[in-house]
Amino acid sequence: MTLNASQQNDAARIGEVIEASTTEFTAQCYRLYEAPALGSLVRCGEDIPIYAIVCESATQSLDPARHTIPRGRAEPDEAGVFRSNPQIERLLYTRFRAVIVGYRDHGALKRYLPPNAPRMYAFVTVSAAAELAEFSSGTEFIPLLLAAPVSAQDDVIAAFLRQASETQPDRDAYLVSAGKSLATALGGQTHRLSEILRRLQ
Amino acid sequence: MNGVNASQQGLGYGHHGRMPLGMVVSGSLAEGVKVRLDDGVSIEDVKVGTFINIQGNQKCFLGVLTEIELESTDDGIAATPPDMSNPLLQQVMSGTTAYGAITVEPMLAMGVDMPDGPQPAKTIPSHFSRVSLASEEDIQAVFGDEDAKHFYIGNPMDMEARLCLNIEELVKRSNGVFGKSGTGKTFLTRLLLIGILQHGAASNLIFDMHGEYGWRGSSEHTNEVKGLKQLFGSKVAVFSLDPESARRRGLTPDYDVSIGYDDIEPEDVEILRDSWGLSDVAADTAYSLQRRLGKRWLSEFLAYEGGEPFSELAREMNVQHSTLSALRNRLSRLQRFDFITEGSGRNSVNEILAYLNRGAHVVLEFGRYGSNIDAYLLVANLLTRRIHDRYVRLSEQASGDSTQEPRPLVITIEEAHKFLSPAIARNTIFGNIAREMRKYNVTLLVVDQRPSGIDDEIMSQLGTKIACLLDNEKDTDAVLSGVSGSRKLRTVLARLESNRQALAFGHALPMPVVIQTREYGSAESYRELGFMDATQLRAQVERETDLLFGPAVC
Repeated sequence: MTLNASQQNDAARIGEVIEASTTEFTAQCYRLYEAPALGSLVRCGEDIPIYAIVCESATQSLDPARHTIPRGRAEPDEAGVFRSNPQIERLLYTRFRAVIVGYRDHGALKRYLPPNAPRMYAFVTVSAAAELAEFSSGTEFIPLLLAAPVSAQDDVIAAFLRQASETQPDRDAYLVSAGKSLATALGGQTHRLSEILRRLQ
Repeated sequence: MNGVNASQQGLGYGHHGRMPLGMVVSGSLAEGVKVRLDDGVSIEDVKVGTFINIQGNQKCFLGVLTEIELESTDDGIAATPPDMSNPLLQQVMSGTTAYGAITVEPMLAMGVDMPDGPQPAKTIPSHFSRVSLASEEDIQAVFGDEDAKHFYIGNPMDMEARLCLNIEELVKRSNGVFGKSGTGKTFLTRLLLIGILQHGAASNLIFDMHGEYGWRGSSEHTNEVKGLKQLFGSKVAVFSLDPESARRRGLTPDYDVSIGYDDIEPEDVEILRDSWGLSDVAADTAYSLQRRLGKRWLSEFLAYEGGEPFSELAREMNVQHSTLSALRNRLSRLQRFDFITEGSGRNSVNEILAYLNRGAHVVLEFGRYGSNIDAYLLVANLLTRRIHDRYVRLSEQASGDSTQEPRPLVITIEEAHKFLSPAIARNTIFGNIAREMRKYNVTLLVVDQRPSGIDDEIMSQLGTKIACLLDNEKDTDAVLSGVSGSRKLRTVLARLESNRQALAFGHALPMPVVIQTREYGSAESYRELGFMDATQLRAQVERETDLLFGPAVC
């Protein structure tokens, strides 16, 4: 399935790839605090779109030598800090890291690693509901997610499945099916499985 | 979707109408193959003893489900089970982390390289072979259709298919029907006898201890069921030891059996040694008495005066007075039996043989003596010894000419352990018949509730065994001794339903199978067996009359 024009438009472009490998990439957002939610499905690249799941996001100073310091002592609210210091938005940036879980080759969706890493400056968009529904209808990507060096791995998986289940026609049946794939991939780690499933509610 | 059960997915019945169960994951020829149940197959729906089909790469295997297990991929589950208050966790773990497994004993193999049909399995299916419940076609391929050789005895457990027994093969060897009391032994035996009679495979001599086979029998479901005489009419002759009892029931036996004192030989009473508590010496004394007193030894011995003449006899025979006295005391019990008469009595053996030779079947009813085990043992032993002697002579005269050989005879005995206990089996006629198999065209159909009381050698010689529920370990062991895979069949046997269910295995069946015995006792069941009631008979006569003479013109 290829994306039609309206789907392309629906999917808002949020940033560009600034660091990439075959298993993950880091993107910088155009605007501060506009990183997609944890577990979101994002897409980057044009000829061979690559799919990834957001596993971490951070906001920090553009200049590593200049630490961010508190500025709101005299402000009545948090927004006042930005009103009084309009330069802040230019000095900080938001980036997010995403684990690559699939790609599209000549229209065919693959739920495994692409042959090459995403290109630098590739545009990153958040997948729309239809695209998320299509991608999440299979669960072959789960082992990739489990193998990724991600600190809050279980939360990422739970967050993705929560979002994906909302796009499926039968949410409960989907969660059972995905849960079974997860159970198979986790082997004997019953308590870990139990913790992930608890976060799906 | 994995979470949806198989039937909802339309997986309920797969290829060739077989319900898929799972796939082979491990196993051996000795231990059977282990099958992981598919996600969606409820372990509570599979039953031990079920007939299973396994599609290997080159062969199709048929086997019996012998074990059911709960397995898990995480050993920690048993020690610290997860919190199952979350229904999602329960649904996810069922069939994945926690799953069901069954063990199947492959019994038969079929394949393109086996043109002769199913053969005993000498190998096992390969890894990941698909496993399903056997279909009706599988049952037919293995057990055959109802025809001149095959008799429909029941259905495999939970299946509609008709399971047939090869009657010709059945009567070639001695067979056994076992089970606790009330599990349907008599019911099954009656069906087997009907099968033998209908197919004309052999003549039957039935020692009917409790009057269950001749005129009418009883059933737990209906009060009264038809006996062989009612179904087969003149083909069956009812002999009675107690004609008074028969007449009280409004029946007329074909022959009143009486036995003369002079017909009784020491070998005939030897079978009562255990029951009478006689010592070996006392039992042997009977032979000495016969040598000393001749053919009328019994009546003369019983008539011997007490006191000095009796002591004199003991001295002359070189036995203790007390031993001889004990023997007389026990033998005098025979006087209580009205069917034992002075002199030679009527020649019941000849009469029975005449019926058997004509192709008829004889049911010997014991009437009030049915509850007297001594009478049963004595009469069955006495008559069988003489009939067997006659068969041996006839077979030897035929000397290989099959047209001259006597018609095969099946002798049915109840309470068989009394005839075939290890202590006496080697010496009694029944032990000989079971051991020599069909050499002289006489075989046994033993019906018993304590198979552990039957001599091991005899048990191992039985061709086909049909076992209803047995819960005593010794009895289960005895029935399964000498059967391959007996350890696994034991689970099946111990879990049979308490009525109308039996595990059948042996010579007349290609593989062991749990049978739900067919219905018997209703009008429908008689019709299915090919018997017509009065209305149907009248209608048939009218039809045939019309055919012969044309429709009646008024």
